[in-house]
Amino acid sequence: MTSKTAMRILMAIVALIFLFSWIIKSGSGVSDSTFTNVRDGFLITFAVFLTLSIFSFLYHDNPFYKFAESLYVGISAGYWMCYGFWSTVVGNFVPRASRSLSEFFHVPYQERADHILIYIPIIFGLILLTRLLPRIGWLSRWSLAFIIGTTAGLNLTRYLRSDFISQVSNSFIPLFVDWKGAGDFINHISLAADGQFIAILSNWVIFVGVMCGLVYFFFSKEHKGTFGVASRIGIWILMITFGASFGYTVMGRISLLVGRITFLFGDWLNIL
Amino acid sequence: MGLIISIIVIGGGLLWILYLSIKGRDVDRRIVYLFVGTTVALAIIFRLEFGEVATPIVKSVFDKIENLPAGSKIVLSYDFDPAMAPEVNPMANAFIRHILEKKHRLYFMSLWATGQSLLSVSLDSVLKPEFPDAKYGVDYCNLGFKAGNEGVLNVVITNLRKMFPSDANGNSLDSLPMFKDVESLKDMDLLISIGGGKPGVKEWVLFAGDPGKVAMAGGSAAVSTPLLYPYWPKQLIGLLGGTKGAAEYEAELIKRYPRFKDKSMPALRMMGPQTMAHVVIIAFIVIGNIAYFRSRKKGEQS
Repeated sequence: MTSKTAMRILMAIVALIFLFSWIIKSGSGVSDSTFTNVRDGFLITFAVFLTLSIFSFLYHDNPFYKFAESLYVGISAGYWMCYGFWSTVVGNFVPRASRSLSEFFHVPYQERADHILIYIPIIFGLILLTRLLPRIGWLSRWSLAFIIGTTAGLNLTRYLRSDFISQVSNSFIPLFVDWKGAGDFINHISLAADGQFIAILSNWVIFVGVMCGLVYFFFSKEHKGTFGVASRIGIWILMITFGASFGYTVMGRISLLVGRITFLFGDWLNIL
Repeated sequence: MGLIISIIVIGGGLLWILYLSIKGRDVDRRIVYLFVGTTVALAIIFRLEFGEVATPIVKSVFDKIENLPAGSKIVLSYDFDPAMAPEVNPMANAFIRHILEKKHRLYFMSLWATGQSLLSVSLDSVLKPEFPDAKYGVDYCNLGFKAGNEGVLNVVITNLRKMFPSDANGNSLDSLPMFKDVESLKDMDLLISIGGGKPGVKEWVLFAGDPGKVAMAGGSAAVSTPLLYPYWPKQLIGLLGGTKGAAEYEAELIKRYPRFKDKSMPALRMMGPQTMAHVVIIAFIVIGNIAYFRSRKKGEQS
Protein backbone atom coordinates (compact mmCIF):
# COMPACT_ATOMS: atom_id res chain seq x y z
CA MET A 1 0.00 0.00 0.00
CA THR A 2 1.43 3.40 -0.96
CA SER A 3 1.65 6.17 1.62
CA LYS A 4 -0.91 8.16 -0.39
CA THR A 5 -3.47 5.36 -0.13
CA ALA A 6 -2.73 4.93 3.57
CA MET A 7 -3.28 8.64 4.12
CA ARG A 8 -6.60 8.52 2.24
CA ILE A 9 -7.78 5.58 4.35
CA LEU A 10 -6.71 7.42 7.53
CA MET A 11 -8.57 10.55 6.47
CA ALA A 12 -11.68 8.54 5.66
CA ILE A 13 -11.57 6.88 9.10
CA VAL A 14 -11.11 10.26 10.84
CA ALA A 15 -13.99 11.74 8.81
CA LEU A 16 -16.25 8.80 9.71
CA ILE A 17 -15.41 9.06 13.43
CA PHE A 18 -16.24 12.75 13.48
CA LEU A 19 -19.38 12.30 11.42
CA PHE A 20 -20.49 9.68 13.92
CA SER A 21 -19.61 12.04 16.79
CA TRP A 22 -21.60 14.86 15.16
CA ILE A 23 -24.67 12.65 14.85
CA ILE A 24 -24.39 11.48 18.47
CA LYS A 25 -23.82 15.00 19.83
CA SER A 26 -26.71 16.40 17.76
CA GLY A 27 -28.98 13.69 19.10
CA SER A 28 -28.03 14.39 22.72
CA GLY A 29 -28.62 18.18 22.50
CA VAL A 30 -30.72 19.84 25.21
CA SER A 31 -32.36 22.53 23.09
CA ASP A 32 -35.91 22.25 21.71
CA SER A 33 -34.71 23.44 18.31
CA THR A 34 -33.27 20.73 16.03
CA PHE A 35 -31.22 23.34 14.19
CA THR A 36 -29.55 24.47 17.45
CA ASN A 37 -28.76 20.88 18.45
CA VAL A 38 -27.26 20.06 15.04
CA ARG A 39 -25.24 23.31 15.06
CA ASP A 40 -23.95 22.77 18.63
CA GLY A 41 -23.14 19.14 17.80
CA PHE A 42 -21.11 20.26 14.80
CA LEU A 43 -19.29 22.99 16.76
CA ILE A 44 -18.30 20.64 19.59
CA THR A 45 -17.19 17.93 17.16
CA PHE A 46 -15.19 20.41 15.10
CA ALA A 47 -13.55 21.82 18.26
CA VAL A 48 -12.62 18.27 19.27
CA PHE A 49 -11.19 17.62 15.81
CA LEU A 50 -9.05 20.77 16.02
CA THR A 51 -7.88 19.96 19.57
CA LEU A 52 -6.83 16.44 18.60
CA SER A 53 -5.24 17.73 15.38
CA ILE A 54 -3.04 20.10 17.36
CA PHE A 55 -2.19 17.38 19.91
CA SER A 56 -1.20 15.07 17.03
CA PHE A 57 1.92 17.22 16.53
CA LEU A 58 3.33 15.65 19.70
CA TYR A 59 3.61 12.41 17.71
CA HIS A 60 5.00 14.10 14.63
CA ASP A 61 4.14 16.70 12.01
CA ASN A 62 1.11 15.76 9.87
CA PRO A 63 -1.55 17.27 7.57
CA PHE A 64 -4.18 17.49 10.34
CA TYR A 65 -1.87 19.66 12.42
CA LYS A 66 -1.02 21.82 9.41
CA PHE A 67 -4.73 22.30 8.65
CA ALA A 68 -5.57 23.28 12.25
CA GLU A 69 -2.60 25.64 12.45
CA SER A 70 -3.43 27.40 9.16
CA LEU A 71 -7.08 27.70 10.11
CA TYR A 72 -6.14 29.27 13.45
CA VAL A 73 -3.81 31.82 11.86
CA GLY A 74 -6.34 32.78 9.18
CA ILE A 75 -9.31 33.07 11.50
CA SER A 76 -7.31 35.06 14.07
CA ALA A 77 -6.25 37.59 11.43
CA GLY A 78 -9.81 37.96 10.15
CA TYR A 79 -11.25 38.21 13.65
CA TRP A 80 -8.85 40.98 14.73
CA MET A 81 -9.48 42.90 11.50
CA CYS A 82 -13.28 42.77 11.89
CA TYR A 83 -13.05 43.76 15.54
CA GLY A 84 -10.73 46.62 14.65
CA PHE A 85 -13.26 47.91 12.12
CA TRP A 86 -16.25 47.72 14.44
CA SER A 87 -14.50 49.07 17.53
CA THR A 88 -12.29 51.76 16.02
CA VAL A 89 -13.81 52.84 12.70
CA VAL A 90 -17.44 52.41 13.76
CA GLY A 91 -16.84 52.98 17.47
CA ASN A 92 -14.57 56.03 17.32
CA PHE A 93 -14.64 57.55 13.84
CA VAL A 94 -18.27 57.25 12.73
CA PRO A 95 -19.85 58.93 15.81
CA ARG A 96 -17.64 61.98 15.29
CA ALA A 97 -17.68 62.08 11.49
CA SER A 98 -21.26 62.04 10.29
CA ARG A 99 -24.79 61.99 11.67
CA SER A 100 -26.15 59.90 8.80
CA LEU A 101 -23.32 57.34 9.09
CA SER A 102 -23.95 57.16 12.86
CA GLU A 103 -27.61 56.45 12.23
CA PHE A 104 -26.69 53.83 9.65
CA PHE A 105 -24.38 51.99 12.09
CA HIS A 106 -26.71 52.61 15.08
CA VAL A 107 -24.14 54.49 17.16
CA PRO A 108 -24.87 57.80 18.94
CA TYR A 109 -23.66 60.85 17.01
CA GLN A 110 -21.35 63.22 18.95
CA GLU A 111 -21.38 66.91 18.30
CA ARG A 112 -18.04 68.37 19.30
CA ALA A 113 -15.80 71.15 18.01
CA ASP A 114 -12.64 69.04 17.76
CA HIS A 115 -14.06 66.69 15.13
CA ILE A 116 -11.64 67.93 12.51
CA LEU A 117 -8.76 66.33 14.47
CA ILE A 118 -10.06 62.82 13.84
CA TYR A 119 -9.18 63.15 10.13
CA ILE A 120 -5.46 63.20 10.97
CA PRO A 121 -5.34 59.55 12.14
CA ILE A 122 -7.70 58.62 9.29
CA ILE A 123 -5.23 60.07 6.75
CA PHE A 124 -2.31 58.34 8.46
CA GLY A 125 -4.28 55.08 8.48
CA LEU A 126 -5.11 55.34 4.79
CA ILE A 127 -1.56 56.13 3.70
CA LEU A 128 -0.40 53.11 5.71
CA LEU A 129 -2.32 51.04 3.15
CA THR A 130 -0.23 52.47 0.33
CA ARG A 131 2.24 49.68 1.06
CA LEU A 132 -0.02 47.63 -1.17
CA LEU A 133 0.90 49.90 -4.13
CA PRO A 134 4.66 49.73 -4.81
CA ARG A 135 4.85 53.09 -6.65
CA ILE A 136 3.57 55.14 -3.74
CA GLY A 137 4.47 52.67 -0.98
CA TRP A 138 7.00 55.13 0.45
CA LEU A 139 4.11 57.19 1.82
CA SER A 140 3.42 54.50 4.41
CA ARG A 141 6.73 55.35 6.07
CA TRP A 142 5.15 58.53 7.39
CA SER A 143 2.57 56.50 9.31
CA LEU A 144 5.17 54.03 10.51
CA ALA A 145 7.42 56.87 11.65
CA PHE A 146 4.49 58.36 13.57
CA ILE A 147 3.65 55.01 15.22
CA ILE A 148 7.26 54.26 16.16
CA GLY A 149 7.96 57.79 17.36
CA THR A 150 4.82 58.04 19.48
CA THR A 151 5.26 54.58 20.98
CA ALA A 152 8.92 55.19 21.75
CA GLY A 153 8.16 58.57 23.32
CA LEU A 154 5.30 57.24 25.43
CA ASN A 155 7.18 54.16 26.53
CA LEU A 156 10.39 56.00 27.36
CA THR A 157 8.77 58.26 29.92
CA ARG A 158 6.48 55.61 31.40
CA TYR A 159 9.16 52.91 31.63
CA LEU A 160 11.62 55.38 33.12
CA ARG A 161 9.18 56.39 35.84
CA SER A 162 7.48 53.07 36.64
CA ASP A 163 10.13 50.52 35.77
CA PHE A 164 13.22 52.41 36.83
CA ILE A 165 12.58 55.20 39.35
CA SER A 166 9.68 53.45 41.12
CA GLN A 167 11.53 50.14 41.16
CA VAL A 168 14.63 51.76 42.71
CA SER A 169 12.34 53.39 45.25
CA ASN A 170 10.62 50.06 45.95
CA SER A 171 14.00 48.49 46.72
CA PHE A 172 14.50 50.81 49.70
CA ILE A 173 12.78 48.60 52.24
CA PRO A 174 13.24 48.26 56.01
CA LEU A 175 15.54 45.37 56.90
CA PHE A 176 14.00 45.10 60.36
CA VAL A 177 10.23 45.33 59.94
CA ASP A 178 8.30 46.50 63.07
CA TRP A 179 11.49 46.04 65.13
CA LYS A 180 10.93 46.38 68.90
CA GLY A 181 14.10 44.70 70.10
CA ALA A 182 15.58 41.20 69.95
CA GLY A 183 13.60 40.00 73.01
CA ASP A 184 10.26 40.93 71.48
CA PHE A 185 11.29 39.40 68.13
CA ILE A 186 12.26 36.04 69.71
CA ASN A 187 9.15 35.93 71.90
CA HIS A 188 6.82 36.46 68.91
CA ILE A 189 8.70 34.49 66.26
CA SER A 190 6.37 32.66 63.87
CA LEU A 191 6.51 31.18 60.39
CA ALA A 192 3.16 32.71 59.39
CA ALA A 193 3.24 34.20 55.86
CA ASP A 194 2.22 37.62 57.19
CA GLY A 195 4.40 37.40 60.35
CA GLN A 196 7.34 39.61 61.29
CA PHE A 197 10.00 36.91 60.75
CA ILE A 198 8.90 36.19 57.16
CA ALA A 199 8.62 39.93 56.42
CA ILE A 200 12.20 40.52 57.65
CA LEU A 201 13.48 37.46 55.77
CA SER A 202 11.75 38.56 52.53
CA ASN A 203 13.23 42.03 52.75
CA TRP A 204 16.71 40.64 53.38
CA VAL A 205 16.36 38.30 50.37
CA ILE A 206 15.35 41.28 48.20
CA PHE A 207 18.19 43.45 49.55
CA VAL A 208 20.90 40.77 49.18
CA GLY A 209 19.42 39.62 45.83
CA VAL A 210 19.43 43.12 44.32
CA MET A 211 22.92 43.96 45.56
CA CYS A 212 24.49 40.65 44.49
CA GLY A 213 22.61 40.69 41.17
CA LEU A 214 24.03 44.15 40.45
CA VAL A 215 27.53 42.98 41.44
CA TYR A 216 27.28 40.08 38.98
CA PHE A 217 26.61 42.52 36.12
CA PHE A 218 29.47 44.85 37.17
CA PHE A 219 32.30 43.93 34.81
CA SER A 220 34.77 46.75 35.47
CA LYS A 221 36.30 44.88 38.41
CA GLU A 222 37.53 41.28 38.47
CA HIS A 223 35.14 38.96 40.32
CA LYS A 224 37.55 37.90 43.09
CA GLY A 225 37.52 37.83 46.90
CA THR A 226 34.44 39.35 48.59
CA PHE A 227 33.36 40.79 45.25
CA GLY A 228 33.61 37.30 43.73
CA VAL A 229 31.51 35.79 46.54
CA ALA A 230 28.82 38.43 46.00
CA SER A 231 28.94 37.73 42.27
CA ARG A 232 28.50 33.99 42.93
CA ILE A 233 25.49 34.71 45.13
CA GLY A 234 24.21 36.96 42.35
CA ILE A 235 24.33 34.16 39.80
CA TRP A 236 22.57 31.84 42.26
CA ILE A 237 19.83 34.41 42.67
CA LEU A 238 19.50 34.62 38.89
CA MET A 239 19.34 30.82 38.59
CA ILE A 240 16.62 30.62 41.26
CA THR A 241 14.70 33.33 39.37
CA PHE A 242 14.95 31.38 36.11
CA GLY A 243 13.85 28.23 37.96
CA ALA A 244 10.80 30.03 39.37
CA SER A 245 9.95 31.31 35.88
CA PHE A 246 10.27 27.79 34.48
CA GLY A 247 8.04 26.45 37.26
CA TYR A 248 5.39 29.05 36.47
CA THR A 249 5.67 28.22 32.76
CA VAL A 250 5.08 24.53 33.50
CA MET A 251 2.05 25.47 35.60
CA GLY A 252 0.67 27.57 32.73
CA ARG A 253 1.12 24.80 30.17
CA ILE A 254 -0.43 22.18 32.44
CA SER A 255 -3.41 24.50 32.98
CA LEU A 256 -3.96 24.63 29.22
CA LEU A 257 -3.74 20.84 29.04
CA VAL A 258 -6.24 20.53 31.90
CA GLY A 259 -8.55 22.91 30.04
CA ARG A 260 -8.44 20.85 26.85
CA ILE A 261 -8.77 17.46 28.58
CA THR A 262 -11.69 18.79 30.63
CA PHE A 263 -13.32 19.88 27.36
CA LEU A 264 -12.75 16.47 25.74
CA PHE A 265 -14.03 14.50 28.73
CA GLY A 266 -16.79 16.90 29.73
CA ASP A 267 -18.27 18.57 26.65
CA TRP A 268 -17.51 15.78 24.18
CA LEU A 269 -17.56 12.45 25.98
CA ASN A 270 -19.83 13.55 28.88
CA ILE A 271 -17.92 11.44 31.41
CA LEU A 272 -17.29 14.18 33.98
CA MET B 1 -9.98 5.31 45.73
CA GLY B 2 -9.22 7.50 42.71
CA LEU B 3 -6.05 8.75 44.38
CA ILE B 4 -4.89 5.16 45.05
CA ILE B 5 -5.55 4.07 41.44
CA SER B 6 -3.74 7.16 40.16
CA ILE B 7 -0.76 6.53 42.44
CA ILE B 8 -0.56 2.87 41.33
CA VAL B 9 -0.74 3.72 37.60
CA ILE B 10 1.59 6.71 37.79
CA GLY B 11 3.99 5.13 40.29
CA GLY B 12 4.20 1.91 38.23
CA GLY B 13 4.92 3.88 35.07
CA LEU B 14 7.57 5.96 36.77
CA LEU B 15 9.30 2.84 38.12
CA TRP B 16 9.29 1.35 34.61
CA ILE B 17 10.86 4.53 33.19
CA LEU B 18 13.40 4.56 36.04
CA TYR B 19 14.27 0.93 35.20
CA LEU B 20 14.73 1.79 31.50
CA SER B 21 16.89 4.79 32.38
CA ILE B 22 19.09 2.81 34.76
CA LYS B 23 19.53 0.16 32.06
CA GLY B 24 20.79 2.96 29.83
CA ARG B 25 17.92 2.74 27.35
CA ASP B 26 16.49 5.89 25.81
CA VAL B 27 13.00 6.95 26.81
CA ASP B 28 11.19 8.45 23.82
CA ARG B 29 9.93 11.99 24.40
CA ARG B 30 6.47 10.84 23.26
CA ILE B 31 6.33 8.52 26.27
CA VAL B 32 6.93 11.54 28.50
CA TYR B 33 4.05 13.40 26.78
CA LEU B 34 1.78 10.39 27.10
CA PHE B 35 2.68 10.04 30.75
CA VAL B 36 1.93 13.68 31.61
CA GLY B 37 -1.34 13.46 29.64
CA THR B 38 -2.39 10.27 31.44
CA THR B 39 -1.58 11.79 34.83
CA VAL B 40 -3.68 14.87 34.12
CA ALA B 41 -6.52 12.75 32.69
CA LEU B 42 -6.61 10.47 35.76
CA ALA B 43 -6.67 13.43 38.13
CA ILE B 44 -9.54 14.98 36.16
CA ILE B 45 -11.56 11.76 35.94
CA PHE B 46 -11.15 10.97 39.66
CA ARG B 47 -11.66 14.66 40.59
CA LEU B 48 -8.59 14.86 42.81
CA GLU B 49 -8.63 18.10 44.82
CA PHE B 50 -6.30 19.60 47.39
CA GLY B 51 -7.07 22.41 49.84
CA GLU B 52 -5.94 25.96 49.10
CA VAL B 53 -5.24 28.87 51.44
CA ALA B 54 -4.90 32.45 50.17
CA THR B 55 -1.34 33.78 50.35
CA PRO B 56 -0.78 37.49 51.24
CA ILE B 57 -0.36 38.57 47.60
CA VAL B 58 -3.82 37.17 46.73
CA LYS B 59 -5.47 38.02 50.02
CA SER B 60 -4.55 41.69 49.68
CA VAL B 61 -6.66 41.91 46.49
CA PHE B 62 -9.52 40.10 48.19
CA ASP B 63 -9.34 42.37 51.23
CA LYS B 64 -9.23 45.48 49.08
CA ILE B 65 -12.49 44.55 47.31
CA GLU B 66 -13.96 43.38 50.61
CA ASN B 67 -13.20 46.64 52.41
CA LEU B 68 -14.26 49.12 49.74
CA PRO B 69 -17.59 50.77 50.58
CA ALA B 70 -20.61 49.53 48.62
CA GLY B 71 -21.02 51.35 45.32
CA SER B 72 -17.28 51.72 44.72
CA LYS B 73 -16.19 51.82 41.09
CA ILE B 74 -14.08 48.92 39.85
CA VAL B 75 -12.75 48.36 36.33
CA LEU B 76 -12.24 44.77 35.19
CA SER B 77 -10.32 44.48 31.95
CA TYR B 78 -10.39 41.26 29.93
CA ASP B 79 -6.97 41.32 28.29
CA PHE B 80 -6.64 37.71 27.22
CA ASP B 81 -7.48 35.21 24.52
CA PRO B 82 -8.83 31.63 24.50
CA ALA B 83 -5.29 30.23 24.80
CA MET B 84 -4.95 31.82 28.24
CA ALA B 85 -8.58 31.39 29.24
CA PRO B 86 -8.30 28.11 31.20
CA GLU B 87 -6.04 29.75 33.77
CA VAL B 88 -7.28 33.33 33.86
CA ASN B 89 -11.01 32.97 33.21
CA PRO B 90 -11.58 31.49 36.70
CA MET B 91 -10.02 34.64 38.18
CA ALA B 92 -12.33 36.86 36.14
CA ASN B 93 -15.40 34.90 37.24
CA ALA B 94 -14.30 34.98 40.88
CA PHE B 95 -13.81 38.76 40.66
CA ILE B 96 -17.27 39.22 39.12
CA ARG B 97 -18.88 37.21 41.94
CA HIS B 98 -17.00 39.05 44.67
CA ILE B 99 -17.48 42.55 43.24
CA LEU B 100 -21.21 42.16 42.66
CA GLU B 101 -21.70 40.41 45.99
CA LYS B 102 -20.22 43.50 47.64
CA LYS B 103 -22.59 45.74 45.59
CA HIS B 104 -19.78 47.59 43.85
CA ARG B 105 -20.16 49.07 40.38
CA LEU B 106 -18.39 47.00 37.75
CA TYR B 107 -16.98 48.47 34.51
CA PHE B 108 -15.89 45.85 31.97
CA MET B 109 -13.51 46.68 29.15
CA SER B 110 -10.92 44.93 27.02
CA LEU B 111 -7.64 45.76 25.31
CA TRP B 112 -7.77 42.43 23.45
CA ALA B 113 -10.40 41.82 20.79
CA THR B 114 -10.71 38.22 21.92
CA GLY B 115 -11.44 39.39 25.47
CA GLN B 116 -14.84 40.65 24.36
CA SER B 117 -16.10 37.22 23.30
CA LEU B 118 -14.79 35.67 26.51
CA LEU B 119 -16.45 38.44 28.50
CA SER B 120 -19.81 37.68 26.91
CA VAL B 121 -19.38 34.05 28.04
CA SER B 122 -18.76 35.26 31.62
CA LEU B 123 -21.78 37.55 31.44
CA ASP B 124 -24.04 34.74 30.24
CA SER B 125 -22.70 31.99 32.48
CA VAL B 126 -21.92 33.84 35.73
CA LEU B 127 -23.19 37.40 35.99
CA LYS B 128 -26.73 37.09 34.58
CA PRO B 129 -27.75 33.74 36.14
CA GLU B 130 -26.12 34.35 39.55
CA PHE B 131 -26.94 38.05 39.91
CA PRO B 132 -30.31 38.47 38.17
CA ASP B 133 -30.97 41.72 40.06
CA ALA B 134 -27.83 43.42 38.71
CA LYS B 135 -28.95 46.12 36.26
CA TYR B 136 -27.03 47.02 33.12
CA GLY B 137 -25.84 50.62 33.23
CA VAL B 138 -26.43 50.85 36.99
CA ASP B 139 -24.49 47.95 38.52
CA TYR B 140 -22.36 46.89 35.58
CA CYS B 141 -21.59 47.89 32.03
CA ASN B 142 -19.49 46.72 29.13
CA LEU B 143 -17.29 49.36 27.49
CA GLY B 144 -16.07 46.86 24.95
CA PHE B 145 -12.80 46.43 23.13
CA LYS B 146 -10.73 49.28 21.82
CA ALA B 147 -7.71 48.85 19.58
CA GLY B 148 -4.59 50.84 20.45
CA ASN B 149 -2.95 48.89 23.28
CA GLU B 150 -1.28 51.20 25.83
CA GLY B 151 -2.36 54.18 23.70
CA VAL B 152 -5.93 53.53 24.85
CA LEU B 153 -4.85 53.63 28.49
CA ASN B 154 -2.87 56.77 27.89
CA VAL B 155 -6.09 58.50 26.79
CA VAL B 156 -8.65 57.01 29.18
CA ILE B 157 -6.56 57.89 32.22
CA THR B 158 -7.45 61.53 31.50
CA ASN B 159 -10.64 61.27 29.44
CA LEU B 160 -12.69 58.10 29.21
CA ARG B 161 -15.26 59.41 26.74
CA LYS B 162 -12.61 60.39 24.21
CA MET B 163 -11.81 56.71 23.63
CA PHE B 164 -15.17 55.25 24.58
CA PRO B 165 -17.91 57.60 23.35
CA SER B 166 -20.34 54.70 23.71
CA ASP B 167 -20.42 51.30 25.37
CA ALA B 168 -20.17 47.95 23.58
CA ASN B 169 -23.90 48.04 22.80
CA GLY B 170 -23.77 51.51 21.22
CA ASN B 171 -25.31 53.36 24.21
CA SER B 172 -23.89 56.80 24.88
CA LEU B 173 -21.98 56.78 28.20
CA ASP B 174 -23.95 59.84 29.30
CA SER B 175 -27.15 57.80 29.10
CA LEU B 176 -25.86 55.25 31.65
CA PRO B 177 -26.34 56.26 35.33
CA MET B 178 -23.12 54.61 36.50
CA PHE B 179 -21.06 57.06 34.39
CA LYS B 180 -22.52 60.18 35.99
CA ASP B 181 -19.51 60.84 38.19
CA VAL B 182 -16.91 59.24 35.94
CA GLU B 183 -14.69 61.42 33.79
CA SER B 184 -11.62 59.21 33.53
CA LEU B 185 -10.00 56.14 35.09
CA LYS B 186 -8.74 58.43 37.87
CA ASP B 187 -12.29 58.41 39.21
CA MET B 188 -12.17 54.65 39.74
CA ASP B 189 -11.50 53.06 43.13
CA LEU B 190 -9.75 49.99 41.78
CA LEU B 191 -8.41 48.86 38.42
CA ILE B 192 -8.06 45.15 37.71
CA SER B 193 -6.45 43.81 34.57
CA ILE B 194 -6.55 40.12 33.75
CA GLY B 195 -4.16 38.96 31.09
CA GLY B 196 -0.82 37.48 30.29
CA GLY B 197 0.42 39.15 27.15
CA LYS B 198 0.90 42.64 25.79
CA PRO B 199 -1.02 44.80 26.56
CA GLY B 200 -1.64 43.32 29.97
CA VAL B 201 -1.11 43.95 33.66
CA LYS B 202 2.29 45.59 33.09
CA GLU B 203 0.86 48.16 30.66
CA TRP B 204 -1.97 48.88 33.07
CA VAL B 205 0.55 49.59 35.85
CA LEU B 206 2.70 51.77 33.60
CA PHE B 207 -0.02 53.73 31.80
CA ALA B 208 -2.96 53.75 34.22
CA GLY B 209 -2.19 52.73 37.82
CA ASP B 210 1.03 54.69 38.27
CA PRO B 211 0.26 57.94 36.40
CA GLY B 212 -3.33 58.04 37.64
CA LYS B 213 -2.36 57.07 41.20
CA VAL B 214 -5.26 54.59 41.25
CA ALA B 215 -5.12 51.32 43.20
CA MET B 216 -4.25 48.56 40.76
CA ALA B 217 -4.52 44.77 41.02
CA GLY B 218 -3.82 42.09 38.47
CA GLY B 219 -4.46 38.53 37.47
CA SER B 220 -2.00 37.03 35.08
CA ALA B 221 -1.23 33.86 33.19
CA ALA B 222 1.48 31.87 34.96
CA VAL B 223 4.08 32.48 32.26
CA SER B 224 4.14 36.23 32.81
CA THR B 225 3.59 36.24 36.58
CA PRO B 226 7.28 36.27 37.64
CA LEU B 227 7.81 39.48 35.66
CA LEU B 228 5.03 41.20 37.61
CA TYR B 229 6.16 40.33 41.15
CA PRO B 230 8.49 43.37 41.41
CA TYR B 231 5.43 45.66 41.22
CA TRP B 232 3.99 44.18 44.40
CA PRO B 233 3.10 45.60 46.94
CA LYS B 234 3.52 49.27 45.96
CA GLN B 235 2.54 49.51 42.29
CA LEU B 236 0.22 46.51 42.45
CA ILE B 237 -1.79 45.98 45.61
CA GLY B 238 -1.94 42.27 44.81
CA LEU B 239 -1.56 39.72 42.07
CA LEU B 240 -3.20 36.42 41.17
CA GLY B 241 -0.60 34.27 39.44
CA GLY B 242 -1.91 31.54 37.15
CA THR B 243 -4.22 28.75 38.25
CA LYS B 244 -2.72 28.72 41.72
CA GLY B 245 -3.62 32.37 42.32
CA ALA B 246 -7.11 31.82 40.93
CA ALA B 247 -7.62 28.77 43.16
CA GLU B 248 -6.51 30.73 46.23
CA TYR B 249 -8.99 33.49 45.40
CA GLU B 250 -11.79 30.97 44.88
CA ALA B 251 -10.93 29.31 48.21
CA GLU B 252 -11.05 32.67 50.01
CA LEU B 253 -14.34 33.54 48.30
CA ILE B 254 -15.95 30.26 49.40
CA LYS B 255 -14.55 30.70 52.91
CA ARG B 256 -16.08 34.17 53.23
CA TYR B 257 -19.26 33.52 51.21
CA PRO B 258 -20.28 29.85 51.55
CA ARG B 259 -23.18 30.39 49.13
CA PHE B 260 -20.63 30.12 46.29
CA LYS B 261 -19.61 26.63 47.38
CA ASP B 262 -22.05 25.03 44.95
CA LYS B 263 -20.96 27.21 42.04
CA SER B 264 -18.41 26.17 39.46
CA MET B 265 -14.90 26.79 40.83
CA PRO B 266 -12.68 25.56 37.98
CA ALA B 267 -9.36 26.77 39.38
CA LEU B 268 -9.79 24.75 42.59
CA ARG B 269 -10.67 21.73 40.46
CA MET B 270 -7.60 22.30 38.28
CA MET B 271 -5.19 22.24 41.20
CA GLY B 272 -5.53 18.45 41.59
CA PRO B 273 -4.26 17.70 38.05
CA GLN B 274 -1.70 20.49 38.49
CA THR B 275 -0.28 18.94 41.64
CA MET B 276 -0.16 15.45 40.13
CA ALA B 277 1.48 16.73 36.93
CA HIS B 278 4.09 18.65 38.92
CA VAL B 279 4.93 15.55 40.97
CA VAL B 280 5.42 13.59 37.74
CA ILE B 281 7.60 16.32 36.20
CA ILE B 282 9.74 16.45 39.37
CA ALA B 283 10.04 12.65 39.20
CA PHE B 284 11.17 12.91 35.56
CA ILE B 285 13.83 15.48 36.51
CA VAL B 286 15.08 13.16 39.29
CA ILE B 287 15.08 10.11 36.95
CA GLY B 288 16.88 12.12 34.28
CA ASN B 289 19.57 13.13 36.77
CA ILE B 290 19.99 9.57 38.05
CA ALA B 291 20.41 8.35 34.46
CA TYR B 292 22.86 11.16 33.73
CA PHE B 293 25.07 10.50 36.76
CA ARG B 294 25.03 6.75 36.11
CA SER B 295 26.07 7.21 32.49
CA ARG B 296 28.81 9.62 33.56
CA LYS B 297 30.07 7.14 36.14
CA LYS B 298 30.08 4.36 33.54
CA GLY B 299 31.99 6.61 31.13
CA GLU B 300 34.63 7.33 33.77
CA GLN B 301 35.04 3.60 34.55
CA SER B 302 35.44 2.60 30.89
